[in-house]
Amino acid sequence: MNPIVELITKLGDDAFILGHRHSEWTGLGPILEEDIAMSSMAQDKIGHALALYTILHEQFGGPDPDTIGFLRNEKEFRCCHLVEYPNGEYDFTLVRHFLFDHAELLRYQLLRQSTFAPLARFAAKVMGELKYHVLHADSLMQRLALGNEESHARLQASLTEAFPLAAGIFEKSPYEDQLIAEGVFAGEALLQQQWLKEIEQRVQAWDLHLPEAREPLAGLGGRYGYHTPYLQPLLDELTSVFRSEENASW
Amino acid sequence: MYGGGYVFCEPDVHGQPDDPERLAEFEARIDRGEKIEPQDWMPYEYRRQLIRLIEQHAHSEIMGALPEGAWITRAPGFKRKLALIAKVQDEVGHAQLLYSAAETLGKSRADMVNDLLSGKSKYSNVFNYPAKTWADVTVIGFLIDAAAIVNQVANSKGSYGPYCRALERICYEESFHLKQGYDAFVALATGTKRQREMLQDAINRWYRPIIHFFGPPDNESVHSKQLMRWKVKMASNDEMRNQFLDAYVPKVLELGLTFPDPELRKDPQTGRWHYGDPDWAEFYRVINGDGPCNAERLSARRLAEENGRWIRQAIMNPQQKFTIPFA
Ligand SMILES: [Fe+2]
Ligand SMILES: [Fe+2]
Repeated sequence: MNPIVELITKLGDDAFILGHRHSEWTGLGPILEEDIAMSSMAQDKIGHALALYTILHEQFGGPDPDTIGFLRNEKEFRCCHLVEYPNGEYDFTLVRHFLFDHAELLRYQLLRQSTFAPLARFAAKVMGELKYHVLHADSLMQRLALGNEESHARLQASLTEAFPLAAGIFEKSPYEDQLIAEGVFAGEALLQQQWLKEIEQRVQAWDLHLPEAREPLAGLGGRYGYHTPYLQPLLDELTSVFRSEENASW
Repeated sequence: MYGGGYVFCEPDVHGQPDDPERLAEFEARIDRGEKIEPQDWMPYEYRRQLIRLIEQHAHSEIMGALPEGAWITRAPGFKRKLALIAKVQDEVGHAQLLYSAAETLGKSRADMVNDLLSGKSKYSNVFNYPAKTWADVTVIGFLIDAAAIVNQVANSKGSYGPYCRALERICYEESFHLKQGYDAFVALATGTKRQREMLQDAINRWYRPIIHFFGPPDNESVHSKQLMRWKVKMASNDEMRNQFLDAYVPKVLELGLTFPDPELRKDPQTGRWHYGDPDWAEFYRVINGDGPCNAERLSARRLAEENGRWIRQAIMNPQQKFTIPFA
């Protein structure tokens, strides 16, 4: 695979699958204000996926975005495990959103310098939205971590569960060295370093802690097409109407 | 979203009689077309009926998110998926706006939500019917939103300021829903044979709930005279229904689709639409809790409220070590 295609595919798939998960809260959010915020971030994420798949279509002769999003099989997806997990209760959803969007904001900061112009342009465009996503995650995390005993305990439990999975965000691509050498992307290792600093700072300020023992392979495999058992059922649901009639337009 | 068929309260015979002088002054303001604001004097009955009306409207928005919301994860393709999330998000936003408007009359959001969950408060009947296929989503987005617009545009000319202002913004958003709904509806109507069949089937199932949407015929609606004088109720059920049928029946027919009612036709003399008996007994059964999805919808809403309890408690904790305005 072309290294840039591989990079864009994983970025698009992360956004698509997490946006889909966020949208599962639409109409069912724990409070109206969060229902609305989650729906709005879902649209942003799915919109990012659409824009990235459009780059694949226009720059690399890939199929149209709907075909990329709705007709690939599970093995062809390159999303990380963290985004595949079911929403669980709102604490897990929130902690995942916090961990993921900090990485996402830093990633696009790096990608603004990309030598691949369409990606650099896209990065500049999404920064504004991602800043809002991070702000939302931070402010709600803070309020709930410092809220009461139950909310604190819930966030800690979800952080203990989600933090190891977040390692999968930074799983190296098979073309890592080439992407770095060509200035397309500064690389997962640097990104993870920057991310960890941001996360540690905040978690400490909120009386939370990161789990000690880290299972070395936790959360890994997604970038190579090895997914959690949660992805296939998600895709079955996502594509059920689209696949129900061949060559139809909806 | 929402609609008509509001259930107003029985007049409260135990209520305080209003000061006749103030009442006359109040009615004169309404006659002059002035808006009533929260701090203004208003008759006891005016406040009570308005709370009931706006609260039902708010509940309908939030309950209306459920049948369509269930299709977000299955919406076919990027365009439909993004439009549907945006639409349902708008509806939840409408609920938020309307709860705030109702709160200006003295009932808290928590009390309103409790009355919804206990079954004391009503919401629009249409949301107690199932959305069985993707075609149902297009019928809801086109025809139910169109019906809601007829109703909400009428209400936006009412006398209570906060409700009118909320409705102005809501109507603006509803017109996008209608446009997107129509677009998705036409895509099926002009699609494959199976898509057309799916759409016709959905229309057949939604026809009766749509006729019910504006509420019982005028000769069956009670005590609406005073409410119309006070500009709480702005148009009669039959007027709104006729306006809707007149605008939208032709749009469906011109796509080669049909309605499951051999009696549906426009009287060329009076310009009024005639329709077959839509079984009003069913309307009353559903509004009183015995529709195909009442229990399912309420339990979904109850679950969402339950799941959110720890968040509300943590946010409202008086011992909280840190507070910032909620984003
Ligand atoms: Fe609405
Ligand atoms: Fe609507």
